[in-house]
Amino acid sequence: MSATSSASARATARLHRGETLLEVRDLKTWFPVRKGLFSRVVAQVKAVDGVSFDVRSGETLGLVGESGCGKTTVGRSLLRLIEPTAGEVRFAGKDVLAQSPRELRTLRKEMQIIFQDPYASLNPRMSVADIVGEGLKVHKLVSGRRELEARVRELLERVRLDPAYLNRYPHEFSGGQRQRIGIARALSLSPRFIVCDEAVSALDVSIQAQVINLLGELGDELGLSYLFVAHDLSVVRHISDRVAVMYLGRIVELADTDTLFEKPAHPYTQALLSAAPRVDPTERRERIVLKGDVPSPLNPPSGCAFHTRCPLVFDRCKVEDPVEREVSAGQSVRCHLDL
Amino acid sequence: MVPTMIGITLLVFLVMQLAPGDPAALASAGDMSSGSAPASAGQSDTQSAYDKFRERFHLDDPLHVQYFAWLGNLATLDFGVEFHDPSQSVSEELLRRLRITVPLALLSSLLSYLIAIPLGVFSAVRRGSLADKLSTAFVFLLYSLPTFWVGLMLILAFGATGFDWFPVIGLQGKDAADFSAWGKFVDIAWHCVLPIATMTYGGVAYLSRQMRAGMLETLRQDYVRTATAKGLSKRAVIYKHALRNSLIPVITIFASLLPILVGGSVLIESIFNIPGMGLYAFEGLLVRDYPVVMATVTFSAVMTLLGFLLSDVLYALVDPRIKHD
Repeated sequence: MSATSSASARATARLHRGETLLEVRDLKTWFPVRKGLFSRVVAQVKAVDGVSFDVRSGETLGLVGESGCGKTTVGRSLLRLIEPTAGEVRFAGKDVLAQSPRELRTLRKEMQIIFQDPYASLNPRMSVADIVGEGLKVHKLVSGRRELEARVRELLERVRLDPAYLNRYPHEFSGGQRQRIGIARALSLSPRFIVCDEAVSALDVSIQAQVINLLGELGDELGLSYLFVAHDLSVVRHISDRVAVMYLGRIVELADTDTLFEKPAHPYTQALLSAAPRVDPTERRERIVLKGDVPSPLNPPSGCAFHTRCPLVFDRCKVEDPVEREVSAGQSVRCHLDL
Repeated sequence: MVPTMIGITLLVFLVMQLAPGDPAALASAGDMSSGSAPASAGQSDTQSAYDKFRERFHLDDPLHVQYFAWLGNLATLDFGVEFHDPSQSVSEELLRRLRITVPLALLSSLLSYLIAIPLGVFSAVRRGSLADKLSTAFVFLLYSLPTFWVGLMLILAFGATGFDWFPVIGLQGKDAADFSAWGKFVDIAWHCVLPIATMTYGGVAYLSRQMRAGMLETLRQDYVRTATAKGLSKRAVIYKHALRNSLIPVITIFASLLPILVGGSVLIESIFNIPGMGLYAFEGLLVRDYPVVMATVTFSAVMTLLGFLLSDVLYALVDPRIKHD
């Protein structure tokens, strides 16, 4: 309830390019741990444990957090590349989790994903033309070989690749080129929403900039919405309209990019930002160093999941899980502190 | 490849010479047992037969002379004549025998693939299910059973001593000559059932494990997830993207499987008394018939080397990343 009301409050409070395209409510993705001869479920890894957010059309939502916090699982669960355990995902009014396999395949035209590793995500035995064109063929978006080839060429040009490379295989390209093939493939079905799952993390910094700018331009041209999953804060800051911060399977803070980076409210966000390198080395700043490691999602702490490492922890944090609340316009936080 | 080949023949030649047992002694001893001459005369007869035999097949010559003579003949694909039947050319007999052994080996490997690939895919796609566990246990059981034992057990169970469903000796029945063409075919097919089952089960076990492992590996790949994300059906994802990629190692195994089948035919052909190359090698070994042994071993070695070559070629064919400039 509170999640829905605060989300709608955000929606009215802010200026937006479009209406809500994707609604995620209380999404949970748990992985059972099986043991023994009969594969009894002995525990659950709560990779995503109650995540709610919206993505509006034309908007880029950044999703950041440490490794293992569940951000990749969120992205994949939305597209049902991993089946979520519970929750609700609505895309353009359709209940994604209730779609039959056939309906889901149709829906995939509109929701696409770009993976982190451009080396692993392209089938090594298919030519670029096949990789980019397969979706077009399967969904019958083109008729005939000539139209297919023309469309593939157009897509390659769109991602600034030479269409002459049509019949080459992925191993003949560099990482940046391969990632652009991945983008062309994702664009081939004319989606409205793309999950960029650490889409630039595997690339050199110089190539990262190219790919990010390409994504930004394509987003503006085609009116795409992105869920931009990343751990690199400067990248996220550059591309996102709003940013969600995840910790141990939950979103602890969600705010407009500027607000989040200027006035982070949650202690975890503050610690995360203080760990990011700054451009100016002479700038004095307070470095918040968190104690210990991220607890296991197999056995998350009671109360607020962050209480074991929070520098500002008090008694209530250990017993009561904080609910999401809005601390300023468009900034919601899950914390007991009086912010 | 050629130096490897020469090395192999040299090794086999030397091992053959070093092995106990003298073909000349065996052959002349055979003469003695069949003859009924007085003991003293028999002694010298045997001695002269022995000497004659050695002279005739150049066994008196120094080893290197013998070896190079053999190698020279090999260049013209001449393996010489059999010791115990000098009218019989080894090359001709080998060719006749291969016409039995090679089709059996090919049929057996075809069957292995036909069974193993679906089995492996099924196991991998349903990983962790009861069906997967049962098939895994069954396949491990098959894998650990030795061929000669399985062959004998099949004979006991399905031959005249058991259900009496299949013939267990040779490839043709006693009155095969009277059968019509179709009758002959059925007769041979019926004779082949048990030998082929014995040749195939190990391959099925091995290949299906390879297939399952390869498939699991591929299913974890990002590009399989990409294929799902494209909106392909589960079938298309499994058969088009995953299966094709995991077939690479399994296909190339074929190249090493075939020589093993041809080589392994020694056991199976002996058990089922099939007049193929394996049995030929076995009989040749028993009487130290050097030309026969050298011919069969050389042929197996050539098959193995060709297998390696074939596997390289297959790799290049199925995987666009491997190209030979």
